[in-house]
Amino acid sequence: MPLRIIEEKCTACGLCVRACPYDGIAVVDKLARFTEQCNVCGACVAACEFEAIAVEVTHTADVDPTAYSGVWALAEHADGALRKSTLELLGEGRRLADALGVPLSGALVGSGVEPLAQAMIAHGADTVYLVDDPLLASYRTGPYTDVLCGLINTHKPEIVLVSATPQGRDLAPRVAARLGAGLTADCTGLHINDDRLLVQTRPAFGGNLMAQIVCRTARPQIATVRPNVMKPAPRHDARTGQVHRTPVHLDERTVATKIIEVIREQGDGGANLADAQIVVSGGRGLGVPENFALIRELAHVLGGAVGASRATVDAGWIPAYHQVGQTGRTVQPKLYIAVGISGAVQHLVGMQSSETIIAINKDPHAPIFDVATYGVVGDLFEIVPKLIEHLKNRG
Amino acid sequence: MNFELTEDQAAILEAVREFARGELAPRAEETDAKGEFPWENVRKLAELDLMGIAVEEKYGGLGADFTTWTVVGEELSSACTTTGAVYGAHMLCVYPIMLFGTEEQKQKHLTPLARGEKIGAFGLTEPMAGSDAGSVRTRAVLDGDAYVLNGTKIFITNGGDAETYVIIANVDPEKGARGLTAFIVEKGTPGFAFGKNEKKMAYSSLSNRELIFTDCRVPRENVLGRERRGFRVAMETLGLGRIGMGIGAVGVARAALEYAVGYSKQRRQFGQPISSFQLIQAMLADMATEVDAARLLCLRAAWLKDQGRPFEKEAAMAKLYSSEMAMRTTTKAVQILGGYGYTKDYPVERYMREAKLFEIVEGTSEIQRLVIASHVLRQAAES
Amino acid sequence: MNIVVCIKQVPDTTEVRVDPETNALVREGVKSITNPFDENAIEAALQLREQHGGKVTVITMGPGQAESALRDAIAMGADEAILISDAAFRGSDTLATSYVLAQAVRKIGAFDLILCGKQAIDGDTAQVGPGLAERLGIPQVTFAIELSVENGKLRARRVLESGFEVVEVKPPALVTVVKQINEPRYPGMKGVLRARKAPIVRWDAAAIGTDPRFAGFDGSPTWVVRVFPPERRAKGERIQADAETAAKRLAEVIEGMHLSP
Repeated sequence: MPLRIIEEKCTACGLCVRACPYDGIAVVDKLARFTEQCNVCGACVAACEFEAIAVEVTHTADVDPTAYSGVWALAEHADGALRKSTLELLGEGRRLADALGVPLSGALVGSGVEPLAQAMIAHGADTVYLVDDPLLASYRTGPYTDVLCGLINTHKPEIVLVSATPQGRDLAPRVAARLGAGLTADCTGLHINDDRLLVQTRPAFGGNLMAQIVCRTARPQIATVRPNVMKPAPRHDARTGQVHRTPVHLDERTVATKIIEVIREQGDGGANLADAQIVVSGGRGLGVPENFALIRELAHVLGGAVGASRATVDAGWIPAYHQVGQTGRTVQPKLYIAVGISGAVQHLVGMQSSETIIAINKDPHAPIFDVATYGVVGDLFEIVPKLIEHLKNRG
Repeated sequence: MNFELTEDQAAILEAVREFARGELAPRAEETDAKGEFPWENVRKLAELDLMGIAVEEKYGGLGADFTTWTVVGEELSSACTTTGAVYGAHMLCVYPIMLFGTEEQKQKHLTPLARGEKIGAFGLTEPMAGSDAGSVRTRAVLDGDAYVLNGTKIFITNGGDAETYVIIANVDPEKGARGLTAFIVEKGTPGFAFGKNEKKMAYSSLSNRELIFTDCRVPRENVLGRERRGFRVAMETLGLGRIGMGIGAVGVARAALEYAVGYSKQRRQFGQPISSFQLIQAMLADMATEVDAARLLCLRAAWLKDQGRPFEKEAAMAKLYSSEMAMRTTTKAVQILGGYGYTKDYPVERYMREAKLFEIVEGTSEIQRLVIASHVLRQAAES
Repeated sequence: MNIVVCIKQVPDTTEVRVDPETNALVREGVKSITNPFDENAIEAALQLREQHGGKVTVITMGPGQAESALRDAIAMGADEAILISDAAFRGSDTLATSYVLAQAVRKIGAFDLILCGKQAIDGDTAQVGPGLAERLGIPQVTFAIELSVENGKLRARRVLESGFEVVEVKPPALVTVVKQINEPRYPGMKGVLRARKAPIVRWDAAAIGTDPRFAGFDGSPTWVVRVFPPERRAKGERIQADAETAAKRLAEVIEGMHLSP
């Protein structure tokens, strides 16, 4: 048992009992003791203020990988629906599960999200592990980490896929550290090798280099997957599967994070960048911030979203949530139009999976032309207005 | 012989370079075009402890040497010539107070200058006294506990924006240079007003105003040095100023050189970048050699000064060579950019207009030649 | 406020290139810099100290060369700097790194806040911060674009997928910051000179009591098995024409894609 009560330090205060979601610990005869329900989620360790609970960390080399089986996809949801990134995890997860000959399961955590379990099954999950509780309504690091660790320790998947969204990148490293698992961030490619190991491909050094990573023995192998790269799983409503509910008791008093306010993104009048099929992006070549009006107009005519290079965001010409690139967002639209963008590697990394790329720049040596499907060397101030005219006239 | 900077000097240079490249250079065009004193840039210099580099720590300075002051000057001038010029002119007020100030004067005037809380200026030049410094006609007459100043100064860099001025006036015009006396005069003193701000060939954001003294009462304790010792104050100040002007010229020349190199690699004619043509390469080679030579002359003069050794001849050589070199180099830069170089879309035509200033101020090239020659002949006579 | 800032010295990845023959990184001539997001973290720490008083300690796990990053932090205004360095730490992945850092932080003693940059621009994982928070058993707030202390609590505005949330946690806590949180200050010359002479504390494995099984290669479950340069897209079409013709051709191409808005 990796958790141990240090009896001399335990004051039987009961904080651990309050923190435990699973009735896994109780105070008996003036000492905290673990019950059969304990799944080593670890919530009690942080909750104890006397450091009376010790964690015996299993070293990587001592893990028995054969005890772990199955591929999991962790769901992310908003406004009563699964996010597109979750469908991508299910699509990818299905491929990996089939390659291993194991089931694909969904992990679904939230409040009032039971209908989404069916959606996960429709998109390919064989089983969905559901934890539903009002205190899980909004994502918060503590409860989500405790719940997910509990689920993983109970059901022991060999692979867990998480979306590399702000939520996923907040949660996954916390879970990995608690479990001593190997975590690879922001994967753009996944496959199973001959040793049945997950091979994780991801960009490093600002996108200048691709690295392939494996996790030999530590389990589960956790990967956060970059959104808008993998293919989303198709939906088949006829699919059936199991929903496995785990009841939890959570106590608001033990949750460290209080959410004071949530501010929804004010769109720029254009479509949401992450899901857009058409993106028109502006760069330093625009000269002055006012010229973003050109970009907005072209995006508007095409019904697309507005993107921006890091240089323009740094210069304060446009808010940061428009930034496309290594430290901004990755987009994978059908059409990406880069206007006055030189095409530094860090930007390319955020858009080079776009189906068709059109680049307009006055510098013939701009690196953006290396990835452009159609490259125009010229004055954007002449070309873009004319392009807008042509599009308006035809449409 | 060691041509390396000390580690402290190198650390400061590195830090200033990052700041200059990140903050000053991107806005240099704008700073020049605005036609206003670059208060924001100067405030940043003050925040980074750059306005009192050579001043002792006890007076709010950095306690570093003149070599440090010089290498910083090159970085600032290269990134933003206007800011570099303000920095250099400020020192012409700081330095005489460092050399000749009483303890009280240093406490009162040097500390705010070193901290950059106040900007300084040096007022010597008059309509009838340019190269002929001895002809200064601004009159100072002792009246009780104050001197009464009457007269006009022109072309004073930082004039009107500076708060503290070192003014050279004459208590005894018949004695010419031997009557010169230096005074510390604060902006706002009754009878001290500002006149015309010159419209110049370049540096539209650099203030070069007329200073007008009309029965301006300056307290006795503001005499800098001693009465009738003003010529020496002026000469010492200009002596350091030569190094400052020299390195400022190196800065603008380096900016022109770097721009021309970058451009020549991008610009293609006859199917190749023009940097592959030997005539362009020859120009770049000459430019690079000259910039380097000029820098070394300036640093050598600064080093002599730091050693406490005579440096008048070397400073004059540095100023003479650097200023004429800057004119040659910036002209070549315009040539390399060809037609584009002649337009205002590119910075090199501005560099060329700015370079001209260095051949004139702080002792024209002609004066520098006289100074050098007199040293050369004297040394020949001695041997 | 007792603030610890974790920084990393990284190659300037805007300058890094891959040698197409060896698939290795060309490090020659590439400057080592402080991870830009970590500079934002240092700046955030300095601003909090200016408002609330206290001490800013900067730590880094790295080779001896990383000392220069610590000196840069002192030049900016940090009070103390600690280099955590040992051959035993080489080969650490993010799990092993957060273990080593946790040991170092325990040796530092009591603190109110740990600040980190959101990710390092070489590894790009954003994992060490949360891993460190987990090991220390303290709450984490990631991707902070605003940070303040109000009524003894830490309040932060976080960047989300589409929008922001404002959260509050009780210290001690760990916060990772994004670039837009502040403009890191340039070091003043007095700071630069002070930093040159400042003593840098050095802690090795024995000093912080790391178990060799959990640091370095042994403590790293993930291994890099291969690196290669990113794939290049197929060559595209260059449209060489005047503005009018080019615009027409582009409109044709776009219409031909039959995209629904």
